[in-house]
Amino acid sequence: MCLGIPGRVVDVEDGPLRLAHVAFGDVVKEVSLAFVPLAVPGDYVVVHAGSGIEIIDEEKAGRVLETLRLMEEP
Amino acid sequence: MDFQLQCPVPLRHDTIQMAHGGGGRAMRDLLEAVMLPAFRNPALEARHDAAVVEAGGARLAFTTDTYVVRPRFFPGGDIGELAVYGTVNDLAMAGARPLFLSAGMVLEEGLPIEELKRVVESMRRAADRCGVTIVTGDTKVVDRGKGDGIFINTAGIGLVPEGLALGPASVRPGDAVLVSGDLGRHGVAVMSVREGIAFQTAVESDCGPLHGLASALLEGGVGVRCLRDATRGGLAAVLNEIATDAKVGVEAREEAIPVLPGVAGACELLGLDPFYVACEGRMVAFVAGADAPRALELLRGRPEGAGAALIGEVTEAHPGTVVLRTPLGTRRVLDLLSGEQLPRIC
Amino acid sequence: MRYLDEYRDPAAALRWVERIRALVTRPWNLMEVCGGQTHSIVRFGIDELLPEGVRLIHGPGCPVCVTPVELVDKAVAIAARPEVIFCSFGDMLRVPGSASDLFRVRSAGGDVRVVYSPLDAVAVARENPGRKVVFFAVGFETTAPANALSVKEAARLGLDNYSVLVSHVLVPPALEAVLGSPARIVDGLLAAGHVCAIMGTGEYHPIAARHRVPIVVTAFEPLDLLQGIHMTLKQLEEGRAEVENQYDRLVRPEGNPAAKAVIDEVFQVTDRAWRGIGVIPMSGLRLRESYAAFDAERIFQVQDVGGPESPHCRSGEVLQGILRPQECPAFGTLCTPDNPLGATMVSGEGACAAYYRYRRHGLA
Repeated sequence: MCLGIPGRVVDVEDGPLRLAHVAFGDVVKEVSLAFVPLAVPGDYVVVHAGSGIEIIDEEKAGRVLETLRLMEEP
Repeated sequence: MDFQLQCPVPLRHDTIQMAHGGGGRAMRDLLEAVMLPAFRNPALEARHDAAVVEAGGARLAFTTDTYVVRPRFFPGGDIGELAVYGTVNDLAMAGARPLFLSAGMVLEEGLPIEELKRVVESMRRAADRCGVTIVTGDTKVVDRGKGDGIFINTAGIGLVPEGLALGPASVRPGDAVLVSGDLGRHGVAVMSVREGIAFQTAVESDCGPLHGLASALLEGGVGVRCLRDATRGGLAAVLNEIATDAKVGVEAREEAIPVLPGVAGACELLGLDPFYVACEGRMVAFVAGADAPRALELLRGRPEGAGAALIGEVTEAHPGTVVLRTPLGTRRVLDLLSGEQLPRIC
Repeated sequence: MRYLDEYRDPAAALRWVERIRALVTRPWNLMEVCGGQTHSIVRFGIDELLPEGVRLIHGPGCPVCVTPVELVDKAVAIAARPEVIFCSFGDMLRVPGSASDLFRVRSAGGDVRVVYSPLDAVAVARENPGRKVVFFAVGFETTAPANALSVKEAARLGLDNYSVLVSHVLVPPALEAVLGSPARIVDGLLAAGHVCAIMGTGEYHPIAARHRVPIVVTAFEPLDLLQGIHMTLKQLEEGRAEVENQYDRLVRPEGNPAAKAVIDEVFQVTDRAWRGIGVIPMSGLRLRESYAAFDAERIFQVQDVGGPESPHCRSGEVLQGILRPQECPAFGTLCTPDNPLGATMVSGEGACAAYYRYRRHGLA
């Protein structure tokens, strides 16, 4: 379940649905950011079924990636 | 004339479903169960996109296709261009020089004539680009609500050089599999303007002619076994058809299969596999293994083949099955879907 | 694509595989809960990379395929009505009910439309005031907020022609059912990252403790899954049974408060039947009374519509890893991908469908 794809917030409107344009690579889609009230342009969010479900913590993502790459022996 | 309709494959439904038009397993089953038994003859058994027949000492390729695409105008093309290129391409895949087309149109009452003019203009431009002439046609009008705007059927004939026998029967283990360019643009372009899943993208349909690429290979001294244009069902449909009809295995490397980032991105978002997404101007070529480098050079020598790539080979192992090597070096089966691929959330 | 491609690095994936091989000393059975994880495992062939003793069991993680036959029948009944525009995620169109499916309804003239988001269905309702628009609200907790939002939005706009047919299912009760079975063979769980992004990880602590099962929340890309598998195996090798979060770049322990609030406002917990498994108490969501005006089941009076699950289906046991597909008497005979009985054959990645496909191709 739960195909959720990370995208970059391009712009956000005020309003009950917090409609926003989010860029997924070269594709831009209008989605609702009602559940990520703190997301602003430049943030990365994961979008599922037309709705942003959470903001990606870029710092944690960076650290995770370092670990995942296993550049050094443990 | 009476005929017994033998139905070797029991059909799951008793009415036509959308899946039957999807280019996948349901469509094959329908053809096997209904059309082929009724019309059985050697040309049809060859199961090629265009039939090659002899008449009056000439070898003719003869094909037909019907275009029902919605929306009629999409980024990079329209139903008129598709109707011409699609049929020209089927002739080219038989190794023929495309010559003449017919155009039968079913128009829905209420269709704006301005739209019809645009479509017809597109057809003329496409025909000129391919060097074919539309020599005959037909026009019918159906009641409002019975026709979805425009349906176009084009049939085409071309001349096939003596001795040329392209088709699955010529494919054998060791052959190389090439594609003429990146995949999935048409499907993504059409989806991007479809209500319910619309999105913004710079991706345009790859709708275009393939006869130049086909003759480049045929005249370039390459041992060409079989040519197919990838349309509905994408690359997966073509590879599976050949694997089944030729009773061979096909192995392809995912990383070698070209897909534009814009197409990959749209597919990720909608949960689609780009290898099943429709193209409209891409050729899959099965050539003698040793001729692969030369074939690639010939394709890349033409602008419409600039993105050509060697993606895999024909094997003796697992006949009838298409296997992909993932970027991790593991295997997955690229099965034929039973119908059209749909966006998913799961 | 950023935050996607980096997690697919083949060289790093193979290094993780080496670490996993170096770690395990005995066979282990891991269950991945979520269909998205299963999809990724199949797409990248991850189970092919794991050492032989480590078995991945595909769990009940596909809300589409666990949708009970009865609910599909209700959907079909509603969609067949001439005044209805029936909107659904693409996944649901092929799922068979007792006698029909949404694709067939469409071919018989029903107005069945695929949408990407439930808000698209609300837009259809706005644009078609003379028709009744029904949205098939399926999914796990991940999709519940969006579905709830669509109802709230319809209410806010004062639409009287929008309703939802609800078939939501919840993960923790399903896990309890799987882990609570006396025949259980699952040693460790890979929990669904996006479900947890909404709900948080709190619900999993009692499950891990009660059943002595390590639970690791994972993301969906190959490196994430491999790290998650490594974390789970490490716990098993060390005799631990804790909840860990591999997806901490997205999942917060408390989940997403805004999303949880909207779910709570619109839905309430209810008993739910799972296809091929049976009723799991308190494992689903339905609309609250305050939103009864948007309940398609009531509006279209389909409360009594719907056929029973097949008596031959043993999906439940397959989902728990107790029964292998080929051991089921119905496999390949009564039950095939074209005529699936239960969830594991309905889904293209379900254990039964996958095995059927691989066997047919002589690759099993």
